[in-house]
Amino acid sequence: MSRTPLDTVEHATATPDVELPWAELGLKKDEYERVVEILGRRPTGAELAMYSVMWSEHCSYKSSKVHLRQFGEKAPQSDAMLVGIGENAGVVDVGQGYAVTFKVESHNHPSYVEPYQGAATGVGGIVRDIIAMGARPVAVVDPLRFGAADHPDTKRVLPGVVAGIGGYGNCLGLPNIGGEVVFDACYQGNPLVNAGAIGVMRHEDIHLAKASGAGNKVILYGARTGGDGIGGASILASETFDDAKPSKRPAVQVGDPFQEKLLIECTLEAFAEKLVVGIQDLGAAGLSCATSELASNGSGGMRVTLDDVPLRDSTLSPEEILMSESQERMCAVVEPAKVDRFLEICDKWDVIATVIGEVTDGDRLEIYWHGGKIVDVDPRTVAHDGPVYERPYARPDWQDALQADDANKLPRPATGEELRDQVLKLVSSPNQASKKWITSQYDHFVQGNTVLAQPEDSGIIRIDEETGLGVAIATDGNGRYTKLDPYHGAQLALSEAYRNVATTGAKPLAVSDCLNFGSPEDPAVMWQFAEAIRGLADACQQLGTPVTGGNVSLYNQTGEAAIHPTPVVAVLGVIDDVARRTPVAFREEGQLLYLLGDTREEFGGSAWSQVIHDHLGGLPPKVDLERERLLAEILISASRDGMIDAAHDLSDGGLIQAVVESALLGDKGARLVVPDGLDAFTFLFSESAGRAVVAVPRSEELRFTDMCGARGLPVTRIGVVDGDTVDVQGEFALPLTELRTAHEETIPALFA
Amino acid sequence: MTARIGVVTFPGSLDDRDTQRAIRLAGAEPVALWHKDKDLHQVDAVVLCGGFSYGDYLRAGAIARFSPVMEPLIEQAKAGLPVLGICNGFQILTEAHLLPGAMLGNDHLHFICRDQKLRVENADTAWTTDYTAGQEIHIPLKNMDGRYVADEYTLDKLEAEGRVAFRYLGLNPNGSLRDIAGISNEAGNVVGLMPHPEHAVEPLIGSGRTDGLPFFTSILKKLVNA
Repeated sequence: MSRTPLDTVEHATATPDVELPWAELGLKKDEYERVVEILGRRPTGAELAMYSVMWSEHCSYKSSKVHLRQFGEKAPQSDAMLVGIGENAGVVDVGQGYAVTFKVESHNHPSYVEPYQGAATGVGGIVRDIIAMGARPVAVVDPLRFGAADHPDTKRVLPGVVAGIGGYGNCLGLPNIGGEVVFDACYQGNPLVNAGAIGVMRHEDIHLAKASGAGNKVILYGARTGGDGIGGASILASETFDDAKPSKRPAVQVGDPFQEKLLIECTLEAFAEKLVVGIQDLGAAGLSCATSELASNGSGGMRVTLDDVPLRDSTLSPEEILMSESQERMCAVVEPAKVDRFLEICDKWDVIATVIGEVTDGDRLEIYWHGGKIVDVDPRTVAHDGPVYERPYARPDWQDALQADDANKLPRPATGEELRDQVLKLVSSPNQASKKWITSQYDHFVQGNTVLAQPEDSGIIRIDEETGLGVAIATDGNGRYTKLDPYHGAQLALSEAYRNVATTGAKPLAVSDCLNFGSPEDPAVMWQFAEAIRGLADACQQLGTPVTGGNVSLYNQTGEAAIHPTPVVAVLGVIDDVARRTPVAFREEGQLLYLLGDTREEFGGSAWSQVIHDHLGGLPPKVDLERERLLAEILISASRDGMIDAAHDLSDGGLIQAVVESALLGDKGARLVVPDGLDAFTFLFSESAGRAVVAVPRSEELRFTDMCGARGLPVTRIGVVDGDTVDVQGEFALPLTELRTAHEETIPALFA
Repeated sequence: MTARIGVVTFPGSLDDRDTQRAIRLAGAEPVALWHKDKDLHQVDAVVLCGGFSYGDYLRAGAIARFSPVMEPLIEQAKAGLPVLGICNGFQILTEAHLLPGAMLGNDHLHFICRDQKLRVENADTAWTTDYTAGQEIHIPLKNMDGRYVADEYTLDKLEAEGRVAFRYLGLNPNGSLRDIAGISNEAGNVVGLMPHPEHAVEPLIGSGRTDGLPFFTSILKKLVNA
C-alpha cells in the first residue's frame, strides 16, 4: 500500500495543519470546526469519515429532530409500548406474552438510481432492523410511489423496484401482505420506495443495541465487507489510489438475500440460546454507525481492530471499511464464555463471524489499523451529539391560491350515462386500478400464517396457532391531500391506516411513519414538514396510538420542484382471534349493504378530480378523529360478534371504488340505491373520511343497526349484494365482466 | 403408531416449518432433517420443501443436490422410500435425476404467486391416493423457475405411463410443457410438483382452502397401513 504515513491519532496531533476534505464529505464549515473542538485537535481521516457520515441528514436527523420531538412529547399513554423511538425499531405488547416490532423506512434515492438493487436492499435493511430487536420477521409491506404511469422512465423504475422487492423478500421467506402503489407526476425522478417489516418475539426476548460489560467481545458476522455503498469515503481514499484498486465502485449496494436468510436463522438461534448481550445491524454508515451506537448506548467504551474485518476487497482503506455499506452484516456483543458457541452457530449456517474487538471499561471508542490508533473518540459525540438545525420555515405564498381553487366547483357528470362513463374511467385509472400484476410477484403464502394480504384493507398474520392471536398492518399516505393541507393531510393518512386496520377487525395499537419530503433548505418544504408532524403527533395523541419509530427522507426533489409532501403512516393492530377477521370481498348474495359515517361534498384532492379533471386544489376531506375512533370500535365489535361478513374502508375513489373492489373480489354484484339527501355523484365519488361500507347478513341486520344507533354512528342502508352487475338504480348498471376488464387490465398493459 | 416424515432444511429453505405443520395437521410426526445429515434418522418418508436453497445460485436446486443428506436420500428413494418434492424440492429432485426433465425460468420472466387450479391426473402415487383421478383442486403456486421442460420422448413416455400427476388448468402460469405441474417416478413413490400443497391445509390461512391436505393424509395412510 502506498499510504505513508498512516493518519493515526498521533499523526493528526503532530500535523494540525493538514487540510482534510471535509466539504467533499458533506460537512459544513461550522460542523467541521465543531469536530475539531470536540477532539481538541484535527480529526484523523478515519474519524472524519465517521463524523461526516454519522452527522449526515440521513443518520443524524439534524433538520428534522426539533420537530420529531413532538412524537415523544405528545405521546399518548399506552400500556402497549415496550420500546419506543430511538432503538432499531419500536416494540409493542400485543398480549399473551407476545411483543411485536415494526418499522417503515425509505430507500428512495437508491431505487431511482438502480431500481432492482435499491428496492431489494431496502427490504434487507428493514428486515435487519427487526432481527436486531430479537424478533423473527413475519411479514413485509411496501408502500411505493412512482411518476406518471405512462412516463417512459416509470417503465424503467417500476418493474425493477417490484422485481427487487420480490427477488429479495421472496428469497427471505417473508410474506408480503400490504402496501400501496401510487402514481403522480410529482414523483418523476423521485420515486418513493418505502419498506416496512413486522417481527414477533416473546417479551423476554427483546434485545437492544448496546455494548455492556467490559471484556465482552464484539463480533462482526455475515457478509464480507466490500467497496459498495462507500459514497464519499472514496475521496479520503483517493490519495491512496494505486493500480491494484478498482477505480469505480457502485454507490448503490448490492443485496444477497440468501446471505440475509442465513443471517436471520443464525441470529435467531443465537438469541434462543441467550448468547447475545447487545446487537446492531449494519445499515447506513456501516461499521461507523454500529460501533459508535453500540458503544454510546452501553456502559463502557469499545476497542476495535479493523484489520480483523473480513474483506471482499483487500485494497480497502480503513476509512472505506468504516463507511462501507456492504449488506447482510450484523454486529453482536457476546460474553467471552459464550463466544465459542456463538461462532459455532455461525459456522453451522455457513456465516462468517469474526471477533473484531471488545468492550472496555473506559468511555472511548478506539479503532486500530496496522497497529496504529486511527480513531479515539467519545462515541456519543459521533452517534448522538450531531448538529441540530432549526431550519427556517414559512407557509408558501401559493398555498392560499391552491386552497381557493375549489374542486367542488369542477363540472360534474349530469346523467346516468356520464356517471357510468366516469366510474369506468376511475376504476381503470392507474391509481385506482387493480395492482394484482405487481402483488402477484410477491410471495404472500410463505410461513403459512397469512390470514389477509393485499388487496385487503390490512394484512393480517396469525402469530399463535393455538389461540389464533394475530397482528394487522396497514400503510397509507395521500400526497395530494397533504399538499393541500399538510396538517390535516398527515392526519388523514393516519385516519385511513387506522380505519383500514379496524375494517379488518383488528384493534389499532401503534404507529410507525416514513416521512417523505423535499429539501429542508426550502422554507416552504420545511413548513410542510413541520405542519405534517404537528398534525400527525396531535392525531396520534387523540387516537391513543403512539409513534414507535420511523424514518425521515428529505431532499426528494429535482431542482426547485419538490414531491408532494408524503407522510406514509403504518398502523399496527391486534386481533384476538384471526377467525373473526373481516375480508373485503362480498361473500353472499342477499346480504345488506350499509354505509357507515357521513357523506359530504368533499372532492378536494380526490381521485375523481385527478382522473376526470387532472385537478389538484381546494381542501382535503374534513378530519374527525373521534368519528374515526367510533367507527373503528363499531367495526371491531361487529367483526368480533359476527355481525358483518365483508367490510371495506372508503378512501380515494369514494364509495363506488370500494363497492367495485368488493364486488370483483367476491365475484358478486351489488344493487345500490342513492340514499335520501344525497345526489348520485356525491354518493358515489365523495371522499369524506370516517366511512366504511359493510355487508350484513339479514339475520344480523337489527342487531347491527341497533348497535350503531345506540353508539351514535350514522348508518344508511344503501343496497344489497346481488347479481352480476353493479347497478346504481335509476342511474346505470355495469356488468362485473366489464368492470373487471377495466379494473384489471390497466397495469399489465402499462408494464407487462 | 404414526408415521415419521422427514423435512429437509437446506440453507435457504423457506417452507420447512410450514411443511412440518402440514404433516402434523395430517396426523403424522414431522422430523426435522438437516442438509448435512449423513443418514435419514429412520424416517418413513421425506419431503423436500420449497424455498431458494443456496439462493438458487447457479441453477435452482443444482447446489442442494450435492448436500450430504442427498446421498442416503437418493439411494433409499430408488429403493422405494416415499419422497415428495415441492417447488424447490421438485427442482432438486430433477437435478438429482430422481425425476426426469428440468425447470427453466417462467416464460413471462416474473416471479408469480397465485392460487392455481390443477387437475389431479394420477391418484395412484404414494402421495395422491386421497384424491380421485380427474379431481380439480386449487393449490397456491409461487415460483421464479417453474417452467417444466423435457424432450418429446420423455414427455410422451411420462404421459403413456400415467406419470403426469398434476396438470395446470385455466392458466399455464409459467409455460410448462403440456401444462405439467407435477410428475412421479415409475414406481410412484417419488413425486414432484411446483405448487405448494403445504400452503393449502387450513381453511383460514393462505388461499383459504384445504385442497393440499390429501398429500399428507395419502402418505400417512399408506405408511400406517403398510
